[in-house]
Parts: sequence; C-alpha cells; structure tokens
Amino acid sequence: MAEDIIKVNALSKKFGKFTAVDKITFSVKRGEVFGFLGANGAGKTTCIKMLCGLLQPTTGMATVGGFDIYKETEKIKLNIGYMSQKFSLYEDLTVTENIELYAGIYQLSRRKIKSKTEYLLNKLGLFEVRNKFIKALPLGWKQKLAFSIAIIHDPKIVFLDEPTSGVDPITRRQFWELIYEASANGITVFVTTHYMDEAEYCQRISIMHQGIIEALDTPSNLKKKYQAESMNDVFLKIVR
Amino acid sequence: MVNIEVTDLTKKYGKVTALDNISFGVNKNELFGFIGPDGAGKTTLLRILLSLLLPDEGSVQVGEINVLKDIFKLRKIIGYMPGRFSLYEDLSIEENLNFFARVFNTSISENYELIKPIYSQIEKFKDRKAGDLSGGMKQKLALSCALIHKPKLLVLDEPTTGVDAVSRAEFWENLKKIQKKDITIVVSTPYMDEASLCDRVALMQSGKILSINSPENIVNEFKQRLIAVKAENTYQLINDLRKYELSRTVFPFGESVHLTLTTDFPDKQKDLDALANYLKNKQDTEISYITPNIEDCFMELMEN
Repeated sequence: MAEDIIKVNALSKKFGKFTAVDKITFSVKRGEVFGFLGANGAGKTTCIKMLCGLLQPTTGMATVGGFDIYKETEKIKLNIGYMSQKFSLYEDLTVTENIELYAGIYQLSRRKIKSKTEYLLNKLGLFEVRNKFIKALPLGWKQKLAFSIAIIHDPKIVFLDEPTSGVDPITRRQFWELIYEASANGITVFVTTHYMDEAEYCQRISIMHQGIIEALDTPSNLKKKYQAESMNDVFLKIVR
Repeated sequence: MVNIEVTDLTKKYGKVTALDNISFGVNKNELFGFIGPDGAGKTTLLRILLSLLLPDEGSVQVGEINVLKDIFKLRKIIGYMPGRFSLYEDLSIEENLNFFARVFNTSISENYELIKPIYSQIEKFKDRKAGDLSGGMKQKLALSCALIHKPKLLVLDEPTTGVDAVSRAEFWENLKKIQKKDITIVVSTPYMDEASLCDRVALMQSGKILSINSPENIVNEFKQRLIAVKAENTYQLINDLRKYELSRTVFPFGESVHLTLTTDFPDKQKDLDALANYLKNKQDTEISYITPNIEDCFMELMEN
C-alpha cells in the first residue's frame, strides 16, 4: 500500500467568527488521483490554500509531501505543482520560453532545463511550434503543455483546478491520460472541479459542504451509497 | 415566441473561420442548445443572432425580422444574458432591474408575473448591491434583467460556466419555467451532460455543426456497439485496450473505458467473450455493452 502523501488532521480555519473549514480530517495516498469537490463557498479554496502553504490554519495539523503546513511552507511550495484552466501559461511568450521560465522558477539546473525542454517538445509533438507564441496554439495543446509544465520539477503533488473545462471531449481524454500517466509515475493529483463528470475520473472523491467533508469514497461507492445514477446526483443529494 | 431560420452563415476573423457555412432552424417555443468546446464558434453565432456582429455571408431571420436589416425591431423582442456578468455592480438588485425595465420603456410591476419564478428567489435581498451577490444570485438577477421587457426570444451564452452543480440544476429548472411563458430559448454550453436538458441540440466543433437533433435521436444515430470496461487500474487498462488488435476507438470515460471494435460479429456475445479472453491475464475487469451518451456521440462525430 502506498504511503499517505497528504495527511490532514482536525484542520480548521476561521475568519473572524466565520468558520470556513471546520475540523476536517482526511488523507491522500502517493500516486492517487483525488477529487476535491464542494459547492461555491464550501471551504475548498481555503483548504487548498492551507495545503499549498499560502494560508496559516487556525487549529489542527497537516503535512503535505511530509512537510508541516505551519513551518515548512517554502519546502511545500517547491514540492507541489499547480495548474488552473483560467491561468497557466504566458500567452505572449513562446512555447520554449514558457517551459524555460517555469523550469527556472522551480530552480532546475541549466542542464536539466535544456534536457527537459527537449523532452517535452518531443513528447507533446510541439517541436515544430516551439518558437510560436502560446496564444497562437489551439486550446487543447495549451492545456497539455500547461499540465506538463506544472509537473516539470517532478513535484510530489500537483493541484489542478477545473483542468479540462471547455476543451473538446477527445482532447479532454488525452489530458486525462497524461494525468493517469503522472499518477502511475507516483505523482499525486489533487483535482478540484465544479463538474461532476470530470470528478468521475478521480479514484477517490471528497465532497465538502459548509466547512466539513460530508462524503469521501470512490465514485462507484458513492453512487451506490446514495443510490444515484451519476456523481451529479450524489452531489445534489449531499449539498441540497 | 418566434422561430429562427439561419442559412449559409459564414464568419471569418482574418484567416480564422469562426463559422463555416452553417444553417439551422429553431422552432417556436423550443429550448435549443448549442453544445461544443471553447473555440467552436458558439459565441460568434449567438452574437450574430443578436445583431451584435455582422456575418460575412448568409442570412438570419428571427420570426418576421431580417436580423441583418431590422436590428432595432429585433432588439425590442430579444433578451440576452452574456457569458460574463454585465450588470452594474454598484447598483442594488432592484436598481439594476429598474434600470433595464426603463431602458425598454416598461416597469417591474408591468412584467412582474413573468420574472416572478426567478426574481422571487432573490427579491428579499433587493437592496443588496449586485457586486456583493453570490454567483448563483448574480445569475438569477441577470436572468431577471434579460426578461424584464418580456422578450420573445431569450439568448444565453454559457450561463452555467463556472457555476457549481447545485446552482446549475436550479438554473436549468428556471429555464424550463421561462419556456412555459411562451419564450423561445437559445442557450450555449461546453458541457455535454447539459444536452439532455434541451429539446434539440446542435453539436458544434471548429465552426461547423456536427449534428442537429433531439438528444435521444443523437444517441440513436450512434451506429457502433459501445462497450464499457472497468478495472482497478484504468491507466493500464487503456494501454492494454490500445494494444488489442480489434480495438477501433478507446476512450477513458470516468471510472470506465469506452471501446468500439472493428469487428461486429452478428453474435454480440462473441465480441465480449473474445475481449474478456484477451484481458483475462491482465487484471480483473467488468465488461458490458452500454448505451452511448452525448459525449460518446460527439467524439464519434469528431472522428468522422
């Protein structure tokens, strides 16, 4: 059994009198594709900010990649990747420049940057367009490149925010195959999304509501438990 | 309510063809959906329907109105909810609604019955500024404002993008209520699972319409037999199925992998048995025939 890469124990965050995250406890295994769901305002963003070392908790404990979220936030930042549908790459930099920029930010050596750039351009079939601006690329290509860049520094965990919303269904599946490949290579994938059909691709799913985790299981077990046809129905039964 | 008739519509932006010679009709009082990914041409198409953009070629008729000529007649009878929240954030709910009512020379009280099913859900917060509302409430306000002049045609551009599942479900319920008030509704969405909520849909990709039909008929037109395979390790399963010599298409689909085969034995069980035999030494799998959904159909149409 793979070890826990994220461990969260009774974690809370209060903003004044408002409790955004209320003593949540869960863990995520190494290499797992984990879906983190909840309605707007359920406390997801607050929780993720704490896990990424961007926000100090009020009480509770958590480690991410073995690092403490109170004291070792800089180490956490070097060991995670992040990608969202809305912001990922610089549109007015070229493909190569984007790869080099992010590799540099994550402190890869010059030699490593060179070999990684070559590897990615070949793997994604982007060699021909390496000197083109990102804005000239089709959305699907951008998405795949953005994901590959988010894991360019071989992080322990990559956080994805609605990674495939708006892309065509075939590209979307190519994207999920990249995610599964990363997962098979031991990278933990932490997905947040509003779209339940996207959630069905995750191995386990947690559903947050009003600051607590209401449900946590595999998509099929959740569907069985709530006697629902789809994750959408499960979600509505829990949150409504 | 009005019908829509669009013929041979083309729109280019420089070298990019956003709409490529498309034709379609929308019936009176229909709830019609344009479904496709970002960049398919949905917004361009809706903006042409609304007289906000001129096509390079083609004609657009909304009821008796030629959209390319009589834009001011058209604008009196259409309601539009753009993809981006476009109300005045520093005005209250009620002030926004009043503003749009007056622009169209009407009042809230005059058309209250029409907007009531939606507006009543936010009315108790009517003094709150629009900028302070949650996503779901903003959407209800935008919808109320788009309806306040009693349009015959309501056009909504990606109303459910970025909205959580609960608000989405409520939104579609609200659309059905509006439809009952004799309004024709045209809506766009990138989410395939919303197709089943429309009377008819046009599936769009790269400026073209792949298919127009009722959601049921789009599924009925899927000619292949579709197999779902489920296993513990999906990634390994995908790779194994890709190597299977009889595989035609292999796509991950949630917890399963959907597969079509190059063979179609008259005996359906024979295909399943051969596949089960191929997979038996790899990992435990569940294999069954399934009915395709809209996303399966969309991919099949893209491949052709």
